[in-house]
Amino acid sequence: MEVIYLLIAFSLMVALIFLGLFFWAVKSGQFDDQYTPSLRVLFDDKNSNKTTSNQKNRDE
Amino acid sequence: MAEPSAAISSGICFHCGELCQDESVKFADKDFCCTGCKTAFQILDESGLCSYYDLEISPGINLKNTKSRTRFDYLEDHEVIQRITDFQNAHQLSITLYIPNIHCTSCVWLLENLQKLDSGVLQTSVNFLKRELSLLINTQETSLRKVVEQLTTIGYEPEIRLDKLDAKSAKSHHNRSLWLKLAVAGFAFGNIMLFSFPDYLDAGNSGLGGQFHVFFGALNIILALPVLIYSSSDYLKSAFAALSQRGVNLDVPISIGIVALFTRSVYEIVTATGTGYMDSFTGLIFFLLIGKLVQQKTFNRLSFDRDYKSYLPIAVNVTDKSGDERSISLDRIVPGMEIRLRNQELVPCDSTLLSDKAFVDYSFITGESDPIEVTKGELVYAGAKLSGTSASLKTEEEVENSYLTKLWNHDAFTNNDKELKLTSFADRISPYFTVAVLGIAAFSGMYWLSSSGMEQALSVFTAVLIIACPCALALSTPFTLGSALNVLSLNGLFVKNHLLLENLSKARSIVFDKTGTLTNKEQATVHFFGESLDQEQKALILSVCKQSVHPISRRVSEFLLGPEISTITPDSFFEVSGKGVFASFQGKRVCVGSRDFIIEQTPLSDAQILEPQFSGTVAHIAIDGEYLGCFGIKTGLRSGIYDLLTDMKQSFGIFLISGDNESQRDDFSPLFNIENSLLFNKSPEEKLSFIQELQKENQKVVMIGDGLNDAGALRQSDFGIALSDDISSFSPACDAIVEGDSLKNLKNFIDFSQGSMNIIIMSFVLSLLYNTVGLGFAITGHLSPLVAAILMPLSSISVMVFTFLTTRYKAQKLGLAIWK
Repeated sequence: MEVIYLLIAFSLMVALIFLGLFFWAVKSGQFDDQYTPSLRVLFDDKNSNKTTSNQKNRDE
Repeated sequence: MAEPSAAISSGICFHCGELCQDESVKFADKDFCCTGCKTAFQILDESGLCSYYDLEISPGINLKNTKSRTRFDYLEDHEVIQRITDFQNAHQLSITLYIPNIHCTSCVWLLENLQKLDSGVLQTSVNFLKRELSLLINTQETSLRKVVEQLTTIGYEPEIRLDKLDAKSAKSHHNRSLWLKLAVAGFAFGNIMLFSFPDYLDAGNSGLGGQFHVFFGALNIILALPVLIYSSSDYLKSAFAALSQRGVNLDVPISIGIVALFTRSVYEIVTATGTGYMDSFTGLIFFLLIGKLVQQKTFNRLSFDRDYKSYLPIAVNVTDKSGDERSISLDRIVPGMEIRLRNQELVPCDSTLLSDKAFVDYSFITGESDPIEVTKGELVYAGAKLSGTSASLKTEEEVENSYLTKLWNHDAFTNNDKELKLTSFADRISPYFTVAVLGIAAFSGMYWLSSSGMEQALSVFTAVLIIACPCALALSTPFTLGSALNVLSLNGLFVKNHLLLENLSKARSIVFDKTGTLTNKEQATVHFFGESLDQEQKALILSVCKQSVHPISRRVSEFLLGPEISTITPDSFFEVSGKGVFASFQGKRVCVGSRDFIIEQTPLSDAQILEPQFSGTVAHIAIDGEYLGCFGIKTGLRSGIYDLLTDMKQSFGIFLISGDNESQRDDFSPLFNIENSLLFNKSPEEKLSFIQELQKENQKVVMIGDGLNDAGALRQSDFGIALSDDISSFSPACDAIVEGDSLKNLKNFIDFSQGSMNIIIMSFVLSLLYNTVGLGFAITGHLSPLVAAILMPLSSISVMVFTFLTTRYKAQKLGLAIWK
């Protein structure tokens, strides 16, 4: 049962990494504007359109 | 390359989606309503930005009626640049611009791809709700002026107002620390709960050995420590501050609970007498911080603190001695300069007119809605809007010393901080609460001291302090008011601060402004008196009126506008300011204007012209010397106001106060109670003192207005509401903003806020119930960590759910919307 020491240490470390990442996200301003990113999701990437059509031509 | 050509058509503009009425410009097989839209399309097409049109249908902004090109010369002035930019060095410049035309996904896409339009733009970022664009420009490749001019050409003109020259708005970083504290508390809460679980199940010390107790106990303390020091720091600091000033607020009993929890738990773990209450402790902080986060919801896109500086533009055109015009920023204006203003531009400071004649509109300042004619040499006050032909003026005062700003020196503005004086109901009962808790703890401690001894007594003493911690009590106010604010915002009323809602609930007198608030300038009712006109006659009148910018012409043309009526360009057109217009179409002579004008221009005599029974402006029509009738124009009441006033008459004291003249007194008398509740011709200071008088009679006053002339009254009242039809346009400093269409729900809003206050009291009772049950456990010495860990989160969550459901139920009963 002593293995529980190791397991808890690992799990705490992983959890702390996540906490650190959250801190980083808040500090770099991700949580300041919570609405505009939802609009950015809708943007298309024009370049990807071109590559898929090229692929289609090659496959045919 | 397709040649642009003009032709009459009824297509839809590809860029902005509006009907191509008079003429349409064709380009690249597409129709545009004007050359402005065509130019915008051309620019986007050449830069490969046509995805703009893919994201939304006709996302462009109609550029047809943009006022004469705003000049941006002042953006080359180094001093101005330094004051309006966020950051500047030798190569780069960063600025945040407010662009009111941002309204859809396409706008965001286009503005974030601005580098394709101008390679000098390095980075862009849009904040949609605030309608702000943050730019980073390479000053060696392009300039701020060029970028702003490009933005204007594609329809996204930034609004640069005088307040931008002043202190920067502090970025709200304090909100970030709340997220961090919440994260720490949540992290600790989750992990401690996990580590405490074995201890709950392990009643008889079997299975897990003694070492694990020590290990888990140590972990609990280590995880709980940052929560005490960092996450709960606000509560501890606030309680300390209150106590050092011999006051008691709600944070005092909370801090007592926090400290008791932590010390008792540490004691128990270190002496191995128990498992401690760390899970309840971190859970408590976690829920309290959630409450704070809910409380901090702000309406970012609205500004509740605007003053005259956000009303005036940042620069004005100055004519120098050689006759050239330059754009100069407003703080450089000194008396004696000659400024040139065009239609719809604002007079920035008190000036005298140099041109022979001009028309100005003081509606926003004094409430007078009709344009006033001023002659050469007359004084024109700052804040007046020029309508019609352009004019030259000579400045007499600096912007700061003008009549307009004197209003801001009134007491109401300097020592008025309504929010500081407000204490929530919870803060008011907290002294009694603290005393009661300490009393109960002391008594039960002494009882157990006499019956069992010190250890049990201390244990019960701390148990009482722990369980009586008013977590649920602290949550009921922010959650109820947060919920209430949310519901109100869905219904068109945006309140600045949740505590102000209490003032609204206690309202006894309501004061309305007239122009623009109860009346709607755009909704003027037009009646035609005379024999009905045929299509041809309507077309002629419409064509004449379209050539003029006078408000009367605009109302008539709006009235006549219809699908079958086409406009014709006249052969000649002439407008006599303030009197009327006439034009000829292939020999037919059309006259529209006042009675005297018609008599002057046509062979008609006084007797032949109608005298309609009408209170309001009248425009007579004559075609080819034949009198056809007249249009009566009256500014109309907003829809729903009639019912609102009749409803409110019963239970509130309602008053009308206006800077406009008495002409509409008879229209409003039946809607208000007593004769002296209708007041006209009031200056801004008189409005303010009227509110003060009402307040002396111990009444809570609500003021509703929309112009700068209401600014003083709005500040003085207990709850000032600014009316705004367009959220992005100016509205003076206020406690709440209401959308024009939602004003008719005012009575429901007040009833709802009263209901919310009742809900707060009910949730207090609910949380006190939990406290009582918990106290039962504590006093009898049966408070185990398990009981505490169940009871405390349960009380918090149930209060949250209760307030959420009851506010929405109350809203629904009053007919307010609860969904978007």
